[in-house]
Amino acid sequence: MAKYIVKRILSAIPLLLIITIICFFLINLAPYDAIDSMTTPKMSEELVQMIREKYGYDQPVYIQYIRWLGGLLNGNFGYSIVNGTNIFDDLVSRIPNTIVLVLPAYLAAYIISIVLGLLAGSHKNKRLDKIIDGYASLGIAMPTFWVAMLLIYIFGYKLGLLPILGMHTVGVDTTADFLRHFILPFVVLTLSFIPDNLRYVRSSTITQYSEDYVMVQRAFGASKGEIMFKHVCKNVLLPVITKLGMALPTLVTGAVITETVFSWPGVGPYFIKAIQGMDYPIIMVVLVLSSTLVILGNLLSDILYCITDPRIRKMR
Amino acid sequence: MAVSRSKKRRIENVIETLKHDKAAIISIIFLIVVIILSLAAPFLPLEPNKTDIAHMLNAPSVHHWFGTDEVGRDYLARVIYGGRISLLVGVLAMLMSVCIGVTIGTVSGYFGGIIDAILMRIVDVMQSIPWLVLVTVISIFFKQGLSSIIIVIGFFSWMEISRLVRAEIMSIKEREYILYAEFSGVSRFLIIIRHLIPAVLPTIIIAATTSIANAIMTESSLSFLGIGIQEPMSSWGKLLQSAQSNLQNAIYMAIIPGLLIMFTIFAFNKLGNLIRIYVEPRVTDGTK
Repeated sequence: MAKYIVKRILSAIPLLLIITIICFFLINLAPYDAIDSMTTPKMSEELVQMIREKYGYDQPVYIQYIRWLGGLLNGNFGYSIVNGTNIFDDLVSRIPNTIVLVLPAYLAAYIISIVLGLLAGSHKNKRLDKIIDGYASLGIAMPTFWVAMLLIYIFGYKLGLLPILGMHTVGVDTTADFLRHFILPFVVLTLSFIPDNLRYVRSSTITQYSEDYVMVQRAFGASKGEIMFKHVCKNVLLPVITKLGMALPTLVTGAVITETVFSWPGVGPYFIKAIQGMDYPIIMVVLVLSSTLVILGNLLSDILYCITDPRIRKMR
Repeated sequence: MAVSRSKKRRIENVIETLKHDKAAIISIIFLIVVIILSLAAPFLPLEPNKTDIAHMLNAPSVHHWFGTDEVGRDYLARVIYGGRISLLVGVLAMLMSVCIGVTIGTVSGYFGGIIDAILMRIVDVMQSIPWLVLVTVISIFFKQGLSSIIIVIGFFSWMEISRLVRAEIMSIKEREYILYAEFSGVSRFLIIIRHLIPAVLPTIIIAATTSIANAIMTESSLSFLGIGIQEPMSSWGKLLQSAQSNLQNAIYMAIIPGLLIMFTIFAFNKLGNLIRIYVEPRVTDGTK
């Protein structure tokens, strides 16, 4: 198994490199020159040239790429061209805010969706299943930002119960204040994460119940609970656990829309602002960072699969 | 004989499902109404861009069924014209991603070998970038507008379809009639057009309905973030973006387009299920 894992890790490296190359050249192909946002038409030709040299834009593209890649590896992500801040520092201050929001929401959604999915799957075509499945199909069709707007209207404006913007009231730094800001985006995110996994758990529960071993167990007089917890659960949950790995990228870019609606000071609004301001260095870093996490996430879930499922382990 | 009998059973299957599933019937009626309204919009007495400062943010009434927006435009007209754009984006982006996905999937699955390896690595790479990040980045390359949003969504949502098609093609190309066609000297191009594509058609149709639903959702998210459809044109997502600033005084402006997006996506997904029941009777029989 160790051999398999090493092989998987090695094959992820070229993929990562290709993604950095694509990101870099994509941005270099863009119809706007990064230099444009730093200069004004009034500047003299020499001044523009100086700025160009200062940021290394006068060199051939592949040298720029190598320098940029070297920077990434050393934690030097470059500087925002709109307000000159260090991107690494920006991200270090913003990523924890995103994680604080996304991680609890993801875990809550994960647990709720497993419970509901098992319930629905084991009561196929009964009333409970219809309600849960109906919720899942509607939930998948609901735009996240719309749910956010409705909750803001009800709890923020109508009832006046909860704050609707940011993470803290200015000047107040208590846990209670944070929690009050936290509830709405947390609920929105949780609701948006549930349907996908719920449908998955439900359909694999249904598949498991139609397997022969369930019929055999029934024939031997096993109780419903026994079948559920001793047999079906195990088989349903194995692949679900491995899906946890794929959640890795959501920790950084899983809440772009929700964060933007609630002005949560995470990666989302930072990224959207960079897009609107054509702030290339930031866009490139977010692109590379999020793709890296996707690849790592897939790797992680493959490894989890390998560890949890003895059948796969033997195959390798 | 056998063909017509199985066709009859398939239709019976669908009718049987429809009898038990009221949501499916409602979905189909809803879709038909939305599509007719979108097509007929130019012939209806609606003026989506006529402002009326005297009647700003009026709540729904007999005169304005859906109320008016922040500059007094009739919201019903805005919603119908918005739906036109949302559906148009959905359908055209779907056509694009289906065309690309089917081409790549077929070529990859049929020719195999190095072509397959290269194409599938490209799919891997494209799927490694979270779609929202990818689509927003690509959208800065284009002048913002209707055609670019269709291109952006279409170009970057074909990967799943290509995987599905590839997997199907790989199993179909081992069937005897394909081997026989190859043996008797039918050109590869003809085999693809006459035999392979028709065989994967069901998969393609099902993927297409999901693809429309996804494209509508993507478009509304992009428009909501301000990088999609631009004023004075509107789509349901764009309407929601303007509704955000009037949330406190005019909640109907947020509720109406949101519900429409939700029902439309729901309906397309339901439609996909019905088609699946029609084309894959085995699946339905197995889960009685």
